[in-house]
Amino acid sequence: MATIPTGLKNYFDQTGEISLFAWRFMREAFRRPFEFREFLRQCYIIGYNSLFLVITTGFIMGLVLTLQIRPTMIEFGAVSYMPQLVGIAIVREIGPVVTALICAGKIGSSMGAELGSMKVTEQIDAMEVSGTNPFKYLVVTRIWACILMLPLLVIAADAIGLWGSFLVETTKGEVSVRLYFNRVFATLQFGDLIPATLKTFFFGLAIGVVGCYKGYHSKKGTEGVGRAANSAVVVASLLLFVIDFLAVLVADIFFEI
Amino acid sequence: MSTKTVIPDSHSLFQHPEQTLAADPLIRIRGVKKAFGSNQVLRGFDLDLYPNENVVIVGKSGSGKSVLIKCLVRLVEVDEGQVEVLGYTIPSLDQEELDQIRADVGFLFQGSALYDSMTVRENLQFPLRRHSQRMRGQDEDHLIQEALENVGLAHAIDLMPAELSGGMKRRIALARTLILQPKVILYDEPTSGLDPITANEIIQLILTIQRNFQTAALIITHDMDCARVISNRMVILQDGINYAEGTYTELSASKDPKVKAFFKEVQNR
Ligand SMILES: Nc1ncnc2c1ncn2[C@@H]1O[C@H](COP(=O)(O)OP(=O)(O)OP(=O)(O)O)[C@@H](O)[C@H]1O
Ligand SMILES: [Mg+2]
Repeated sequence: MATIPTGLKNYFDQTGEISLFAWRFMREAFRRPFEFREFLRQCYIIGYNSLFLVITTGFIMGLVLTLQIRPTMIEFGAVSYMPQLVGIAIVREIGPVVTALICAGKIGSSMGAELGSMKVTEQIDAMEVSGTNPFKYLVVTRIWACILMLPLLVIAADAIGLWGSFLVETTKGEVSVRLYFNRVFATLQFGDLIPATLKTFFFGLAIGVVGCYKGYHSKKGTEGVGRAANSAVVVASLLLFVIDFLAVLVADIFFEI
Repeated sequence: MSTKTVIPDSHSLFQHPEQTLAADPLIRIRGVKKAFGSNQVLRGFDLDLYPNENVVIVGKSGSGKSVLIKCLVRLVEVDEGQVEVLGYTIPSLDQEELDQIRADVGFLFQGSALYDSMTVRENLQFPLRRHSQRMRGQDEDHLIQEALENVGLAHAIDLMPAELSGGMKRRIALARTLILQPKVILYDEPTSGLDPITANEIIQLILTIQRNFQTAALIITHDMDCARVISNRMVILQDGINYAEGTYTELSASKDPKVKAFFKEVQNR
């Protein structure tokens, strides 16, 4: 009996197809013509539309994290290490992952739904017969925009998260802005910043590729579009954790944290 | 194909004396086969389309009508058979040549397929931006204006597709199809989803376009009124082949049981 369970088979099929899609993006990403106007429009949509959401979550993340950790640190008599601890936690891990998850929900689903409905209403076919390569026009621009905007959104979330954390510190422990951020930046080194930033490019790539793949290969009908949006979020979120794990593993080898 | 009943075409030839057998067809399809997995959709379809002719293709839902006309512009790749459009063998063209031929073949999609995120003006600009040499010397704004006037919607130029009614969308889609001045137009159910009055307006528009621009057209439809008014010749697509051909009058009087059943079924709807 050499039958593979359908669930497992689907899993491998999907992995293969998404990899092929990503490969197609890599091949076409640097090839002319480049749809610059559409790329800028997507940057605006992706960056601007998610900014408010990302800032809000970042701020709350900083507040809550500090409020939760502080009592334990007091118990250990290590409360003066709070800026270092929170700084590293936010910049290295929580900022990128939380922001990417928010974006997987917001951007991934809207890409899945938008491209999916373009697919089922034959807008993608219409583009193709108009002499425009729809993969270049719709997919390459969106993935590039994701790759470039995600790191910026993460930086915004990190900054605002640290600010939130500072607000807690200053009300409870009367730390000055200067002292707080001096301490944060004294501990953060290149070994923290480089891998943390590099992985956000890959997060952007993952969200863009999965969102576009799901939309571009959406099944006919409104149900198909809904499913495309939904599974874009699920698959992208899952992939983010895998990438995060790999990034930490690699950083551990190269930067000896 | 032994099951093929080709009904004599002399009547339609008499009606259109300019269409002699010597004229080269604009579209020539021979033995086209296409399957999606185990679903064999086309099983050897033949068709010719001559200049100035309106050929209507009818068939049940899911019989492969849309697939057939998508093969003509290589939105779908055929498995087997000959597809020639304007003298070019479509399956063997490279991308550059294919884009040139696609500009000569207008395609009106089943649900209008206007780009949701663009205004009407941008929708019409879209085909132009890739074919600027083709429209050499002609002002873009002027072409857009003219295309919109042809469908009677010049005032809608700055609206978004979501702000248009179904009939208006279909007209704008038609304008977008016409803007590159194609030689052949493929209509995929031009009247589907429209009320009878709007449908009739679209039919009249298609007839006017054919008269004014001397184009040939392949029209897919479910709507027998549309087929009767618009067609010089009809083809019934059934079981993946061109099951029967002839004028509307010939086919509606046919004794073939499947053709009879088809007309009966359509009338009962
Ligand atoms: N891209 C595709 N992948 C798989 N199957 C397809 C694809 N496109 C069409 N089919 C199948 O081919 C068959 C014919 O589809 P087609 O859209 O041509 O029907 P149709 O005659 O245009 O019907 P309708 O009148 O409802 O538009 C259907 O069974 C459909 O499921
Ligand atoms: Mg169809």
